[in-house]
Amino acid sequence: MSLRHEFTKGFWEIVPPFRLVLGLCPTLAVTTSAINGIAMGLATTFVLIFSNLLVSLLRRFIPIQVRIASFIVIIASFVVMAELLMQAYFYPLYKALGIFVPLIVVNCIILGRAEAFASKNNPIISLADGLGIGLGFTISLFVLGCIRELLGSGTILGFHVMWSGFEPFAFMLKPPGAFVALGILLALMNLISQYQAKKGGAK
Amino acid sequence: MGDFILLMISAILVNNILLIRFLGNCPFLGVSRSMDTATGMGLAVIFVLTLAGMITWLVHTYILIPLGLEYLRTIAFILVIAALVQFVEMVIQKTAPPLYEALGIYLPLITTNCAVFGVAIININEGYDLITSIFFSFASACGFALALVLMAGMRQRFALVRIPKPFEGFAIGLITAGLIALAFSGLIGLV
Repeated sequence: MSLRHEFTKGFWEIVPPFRLVLGLCPTLAVTTSAINGIAMGLATTFVLIFSNLLVSLLRRFIPIQVRIASFIVIIASFVVMAELLMQAYFYPLYKALGIFVPLIVVNCIILGRAEAFASKNNPIISLADGLGIGLGFTISLFVLGCIRELLGSGTILGFHVMWSGFEPFAFMLKPPGAFVALGILLALMNLISQYQAKKGGAK
Repeated sequence: MGDFILLMISAILVNNILLIRFLGNCPFLGVSRSMDTATGMGLAVIFVLTLAGMITWLVHTYILIPLGLEYLRTIAFILVIAALVQFVEMVIQKTAPPLYEALGIYLPLITTNCAVFGVAIININEGYDLITSIFFSFASACGFALALVLMAGMRQRFALVRIPKPFEGFAIGLITAGLIALAFSGLIGLV
C-alpha cells in the first residue's frame, strides 16, 4: 500500500462519482457551470481531508458502537467551518451553491471514506486518500460542469467559446439534462475501461 | 386549505425532490432495482421525513433561535436526524415487528439520505410555520416515494432487454432517471 497509489487511485481507479457511485446529489445539482463544479469540489475536498485526518488520529479512541455518530459530528463540524468561510470570503459562490453547502455533511463519499479508509489507516495515508479522492471528485465535477456549460450556454468558465450562430441547448442546464449527461459520461468511462481491459488481455 | 393542496401538488409533482431538486439520489439509484425494496424504502422515508421535518423545526425555533445558535444548525439537525432514526428503529422493533421486518434494513440508510436533511433545511430557509413544514415534509416524501416506485418499475424491465455493454448498471439508470425527470418537467405549468 504505497502513498502514491492511495493518492492517485482517486483520479481514475475509484474516481467519485463514477466508480464510487456516491455523492450524486451535489454532482447533479451544482454542475450547471464549470465554476460551480470546482467550488463544490474544493469545498468537499476541504471537508474530506480534515475529516479523514481527524478520524484517523482519533481511530483508537472512538468506541466502535458509536463510530458512525462520532464521524458525523466530526464531518458536520468541518462542514460548518467550510460554510462560514465561504459565506465570509466567497459570498456569490455560496449563494450559487445554496442548500448544497450544508448538504456536504450528508455527502456519502465523506462518510464512506471515514468508515472504509480513515478509521483503519494511519493519518498520513488517510490524508493522501482524502486529497486524492477529493481532487478526483473536483475534476469530475469540473468536467461535467464544462460539458453542461458548453452545450447549455456556449461558454466555459464564462468565456464564449462556441461559434457566433450557436444555439444554446437549454436542456443541458435543466435537471433532466444533468441525469443524461452524467449517464453518458459514465458509459463513456466504461467503454474506455473495457477497451483497456481488452488491450491488456491481448498482450 | 387551498394553499396546502397547492403546496402538496407542487412538492410531489412540480418540484419533485428527487428529480428536480436533486436530493436523495444515492438511495434513488441504489434501491430502485426491484419493486419490493423501492416500496419499503419509500414508506420508510415518508415516515421518517415527516417526523424529522417536525422535530427539526421545533429544535430550530425553540432551542437554536432563543440561544442565538443558528450557525450550529447543520450539526444540530444531523444529530437530531441520526438520533430520530435510531429511536424510530427501536420503537418500531418493539411495537410493530411486522413493520420492522418490512422497513428494518432501510431505516439506518435514511440517516445519510440527503432528502431528509435537505427538506429540514428548506423548511427553515423558506420560513414555513410548523403546520406548513409538516405538510411540506410529508408531500416531499410522497414525491420521493412516487419517483422511486416509478423508477423501480422501469428498472425491473431492464432485466429482459439487451442493453449496450458500456451502458449497463448505473449509466442506463441515470439516463432513465433523466427521461422520468423530463416527463416531470412537463408538469411545471401545473401550479
